[in-house]
Amino acid sequence: MENKPGALMRVTGLLSSRGYNIESLTVARTLDPELSRMSIVVDIEPNQRAQVIKQMNKLINVLQATDSTEGPAVRRELVLLRVRASMQNRTAILKEAEIFGARAVDSSVEGFALEATGDPEKLDEFIDVMRSYGEIEVTRSGLVVVSLDNKKLKLAPPVSKEEVSQAV
Amino acid sequence: MNGAQVVLECLTREKVEVIFGYPGGVTLPFYDAIYDSPIKHVLVRHEQNAAFAAQGYARTTGKVGVCCATSGPGATNLVTGLVDAMMDSIPIVAITGQVSSKLIGSDAFQEADTFGITRSGTKHNFLVKTLAELPRAIHEAFHIAASGRPGPVLVDITKDAFQANGHYAPVSSIHLPGYRVYTEGHAGQIRRAAQAMWEAKRPMVYAGGGIIHAGAHDELRQLVEMIDSPAVTTLMALGGLPANHPNFISMPGMHGSYAANMGMTETDLLIALGSRFDDRVTGRLAAFAPHAKVIHVDIDPAEVGKIRTPDVPIVGDVKKVIQKILEELEATAPQMKSKNATARAAWWGQIKEWQSQHPLEPVFSTDEIKPQHLMAEIDRLSGGEAIVCSDVGQHQMWAAQLIKFNHPRLWINSGGLGSMGFGLPAALGAQYARPDKLVFAICGDGGFQMSIPELATIANQGLPVKIIVMNNGYLGMVRQWQELFYNNRLCQVQLDTFPDPEKLAGAYGFPGRTVTRPSQLRQALEEAVKEPGPYLLNVQVTPFENVYPMVPAGGAVNEMVLGPPQPVEVA
Repeated sequence: MENKPGALMRVTGLLSSRGYNIESLTVARTLDPELSRMSIVVDIEPNQRAQVIKQMNKLINVLQATDSTEGPAVRRELVLLRVRASMQNRTAILKEAEIFGARAVDSSVEGFALEATGDPEKLDEFIDVMRSYGEIEVTRSGLVVVSLDNKKLKLAPPVSKEEVSQAV
Repeated sequence: MNGAQVVLECLTREKVEVIFGYPGGVTLPFYDAIYDSPIKHVLVRHEQNAAFAAQGYARTTGKVGVCCATSGPGATNLVTGLVDAMMDSIPIVAITGQVSSKLIGSDAFQEADTFGITRSGTKHNFLVKTLAELPRAIHEAFHIAASGRPGPVLVDITKDAFQANGHYAPVSSIHLPGYRVYTEGHAGQIRRAAQAMWEAKRPMVYAGGGIIHAGAHDELRQLVEMIDSPAVTTLMALGGLPANHPNFISMPGMHGSYAANMGMTETDLLIALGSRFDDRVTGRLAAFAPHAKVIHVDIDPAEVGKIRTPDVPIVGDVKKVIQKILEELEATAPQMKSKNATARAAWWGQIKEWQSQHPLEPVFSTDEIKPQHLMAEIDRLSGGEAIVCSDVGQHQMWAAQLIKFNHPRLWINSGGLGSMGFGLPAALGAQYARPDKLVFAICGDGGFQMSIPELATIANQGLPVKIIVMNNGYLGMVRQWQELFYNNRLCQVQLDTFPDPEKLAGAYGFPGRTVTRPSQLRQALEEAVKEPGPYLLNVQVTPFENVYPMVPAGGAVNEMVLGPPQPVEVA
């Protein structure tokens, strides 16, 4: 979608006005700084999905909306997790983190800040394991998706406005 | 040049003739610029009516209507008119003032989040905080409003943007990469559609408002003549096919005719053109056109398959698509035209039989004026040529059933949103756009009382609108439903204080009167039409008349109720 004020509101408003709860949402600019890509996780009845996608495509600021529920795509999420660690279990926590491919991004006498990426189910397990070591605090990024389909963006061409650009 | 003057420069370049508006604090700089502008401004008496009047202008001419309101309450008052335009796909541009950009979010005086509030009620909206953004935003607004599926667009402009000094930077092209408009229609589907039209034994054309918006009325007529199909036009499309055309059946749906609804039920090929399978048309969806293959042509991809999955979906401009279908039909006519001649003749026989069994006919009485009698008289005066702006309710349905329209853009009403209070301000805009035309505003006594303030605008603009109040002393449509579905427990539907029309109109300086006797109705209407200026005619009609045929909510359209229950004779 276009990287413009209000564009995000139009997309989320379309979902909330139909009573859908957004489970996660990420948005950031693309290679082209005028455009943003948004990944939304939302539970919509299968027979309504096509209609919601069509309604999103109708939004002037949306270049293309697609349903990534099925079809080849990579889906990943990032977790930042702070865990309190006593002197006795610091090594165990780091070992466990390694199993999940997580890495320590901060370390202090109180404990660690860990960073992990993966599919959401794997991250759920990681969080469960870390909880068993003590008090934790978690921030999840929400899912980001990249489709493996080779789809070209179909963009509308500029429309000439000769009639208004001429002096009156 | 300041920002306000830049806005007017944009409007001039968009060939805007008139703005319907109401000034206020933050639009002061804009109104100061209007003081010197050749663009006319009509001062309405409530912002909601500015939006309705702009719609009346747009619906009558096909051009973009423009309305204007100040920030806060001015903008929130526009909302009903915007949503109404959204539902009926009417191109209007609304200009609203916003508090200075530095004050946004500070709960400043007359501040409201207009951009947020109107997000879902417009096709698109803009918040403009600098003069530099103004030309692009306004030209884009006009482009978006008028192209594709038309709709309302709002441009919210901060006071400091109005006041800033700068210049008008010409906009030579508009680039909205995400705004795709599909106009052409898929060639293969067009061939399939033409093929299906020849093969059908019981075809039925179901034309909607898109026919009017696309200016496809000539193409529609050619199509129904080419395939000799019966055709219904929805509430939004009356006049899209001339009412005196032999293939025209009537309006379908909740208060449609018996023949239209039976035809929709029995058809084997439903040809939906610029229509959207609204619930008021389809009734219970599972029982709607159960035997039909469906061709659906619409410019909005989201409409195709939204309610009914078509067999032949065609996304495109209905005018262009029908032209292509006609080419295809012409090419194949020699082999195909007489293919199902016998079946087609039988189908027409069936349609005629339904028409004669339960025709849409006015009801008369010698001791009280029947609402249908009123509509028949207006129809007689119009002769299919007058502009009729209707409010919402029973009178709207009787008018739609009984007043004939031989051209598009004569029947102006709030279809999708069903906004009471629409008729009078819409007539104001319509008469302004077409000073040469006879314009009726047909209102109920409820809706009329919602728009009484505009009598002042009509009077001071000298607009010769003929205001006909079908006065039954009730909110008739709600009363009808309470009678039929809530054991006649009439609750809060009686409107038992109506202003004396002679005094009311007289207070605004034009004539008005009440008519109660059927024998006086014709003469009273003729007198109203003869009056060179506006006229208010209050027509006292039977209070307890119901609109029939009626498809009860959730019912199938072929199970319509044709009239009131008949008393059982006891031997």
